[in-house]
Amino acid sequence: MKRQRGRSRRQTTKAAVARSRTVRLVHIAHARSGDKGDTANIGLIALRPEDYPLLVKQVTAARVAKHFKGIIKGPVERFELPNLNALNFLLHGALDGGGTMSLKTDAQGKVFSTALLRMEIEVGR
Amino acid sequence: MSSRPATVRVAAGQGFWGDWMEAPYRQVTGGPVDYLMLDYLAEVTMSILQKQKSRDPSLGYATDFVTQVERILPIVVERGIRVTANAGGVNPRACAAAVADVARKLGLRGKLKIGVVTGDDLLDRLDGLVARGHQLANMDTGRPLRDVRDRVLSANAYLGAAPVVDALERGAQVVITGRVTDTGLTLGPLMHAFGWARDAWDLIAAGTVAGHIIECGAQASGGNCLRDWESVPDLANVGYPIVEAQADGTFELIKHPRTGGRIDVPAVTEQLVYEMGDPREYITPDGIADFTTIQLAHVAKDRVRVSGVRGKPATDKLKVSIAYFYGYKAVGTLVYAWPDALKKAQAADRVLRQRLDDLGLKFEAILTEFVGASATHGALALADVDGGGSEIPEVQLRIGVRAADKKPVDRFTREIAPLILNGPPSVTGFAGGRPKPEEIVAYWPALIDRTVVQPTIEIVEA
Repeated sequence: MKRQRGRSRRQTTKAAVARSRTVRLVHIAHARSGDKGDTANIGLIALRPEDYPLLVKQVTAARVAKHFKGIIKGPVERFELPNLNALNFLLHGALDGGGTMSLKTDAQGKVFSTALLRMEIEVGR
Repeated sequence: MSSRPATVRVAAGQGFWGDWMEAPYRQVTGGPVDYLMLDYLAEVTMSILQKQKSRDPSLGYATDFVTQVERILPIVVERGIRVTANAGGVNPRACAAAVADVARKLGLRGKLKIGVVTGDDLLDRLDGLVARGHQLANMDTGRPLRDVRDRVLSANAYLGAAPVVDALERGAQVVITGRVTDTGLTLGPLMHAFGWARDAWDLIAAGTVAGHIIECGAQASGGNCLRDWESVPDLANVGYPIVEAQADGTFELIKHPRTGGRIDVPAVTEQLVYEMGDPREYITPDGIADFTTIQLAHVAKDRVRVSGVRGKPATDKLKVSIAYFYGYKAVGTLVYAWPDALKKAQAADRVLRQRLDDLGLKFEAILTEFVGASATHGALALADVDGGGSEIPEVQLRIGVRAADKKPVDRFTREIAPLILNGPPSVTGFAGGRPKPEEIVAYWPALIDRTVVQPTIEIVEA
């Protein structure tokens, strides 16, 4: 079954549906990721400055850790860069040892960026 | 130097060893530049170079650099462009000798001064350092170096901009270094040209940010840029980034006219956050830059201004990059076709794992990926695959193993091909033959007191 896009199945009441909708981060942010040893970093940048507060509020370290559950082994740290409308995430234990040790296709964490952009967040209508 | 320039242009020509061979030539011919910065060293590069040097004492540096220099040297000498490169790897003197040979071959005898920066290589000093109480503990795990001491292949302290400045002050037109930081190769020229003091922390931080932005080459000028990627013009002809700096530490990112790519705030921002840790403390041997103070402004087409950068004093430690022999790994692949490509690949994985198990082979890790379905985004992607993947045209089964001993890894490499005839159907893509076990050289980051590392500068005349 094709998943319905742009509308959360979690929204139950009509009022809540009227107030907000869910979109994938890819529609309101861009990102770049890289590595430091076994840690992947993801810089998440709002496409429009006015959406940066949405990222700060909803894309928490805990939410990102849940998003990558089963994919990373360690904790997630988050740093704010309001000057760049960006958040920086460190995903520890993300790269099967990292560098030359890793058996992963993405041994250097280059596409963790777009994996994060799959996340759905709520935005105003 | 008596007069200071109003602006200084530092052009990036290589973002890693293996980057575009055309870029250095394009940077010195596409428009005016004062410095060409070439970065070759990644974390594991030093150990590869050390291995080459142990086989042939005249090797151990980035040989691409010599090829590139041969092409640009006449232009560089004629226009007075100065080059900073960490191409020296674990053998900067041999690299300088090779460049001097090239210069003489090009008729530039007596016209080229090469600065050689050494002192970063700690391999022969390790036991003495450990004996004097320098633990060189792993920054990530805390383990002491003695756990892997007998397997260490290379050990290099990260030097900063200071020795690059010293070499430039002594008249070097080409500065060849070992493990100098990527950012130091850009900051050094700016400190030299503007006479920035070594404790002018905001200026040091500004030059460090400039270096960070251009150290990955075209990644700051439209390459690998996700935001609106389809509209980035003419990547085939991409212009590598250039820092146009002023004495007060503000600078603009530009590229040569009539080149492709794009320099705008989103592209520069993507590069700023690349490989970032704590943005308030971007630590280099030269000082600490606070990335939360950076202000970006789009001032014209393909021109972004960077200002406001604040810095803090350098720490009393230097980072040391140590590489050691870890073990072996091998990766094998097979391709499964529609229908039910993913299910076939998954079935093949189960068969293979059972056989490895039945053979009693012990691995530290076995990793299976299904390229085309879930290799890069894992379960996050599988959730979006329609109909359980039955309609995916093809899936590559990619399975890797890692072990301390070579034997099980070697045996594993013989278990892939049989699956073509004795496993699930619709399988192809084994043209590459049996995978080869690879040696794993692992990375051991450590810290050491700054005082025990003494950079040395020599000047070699062509």
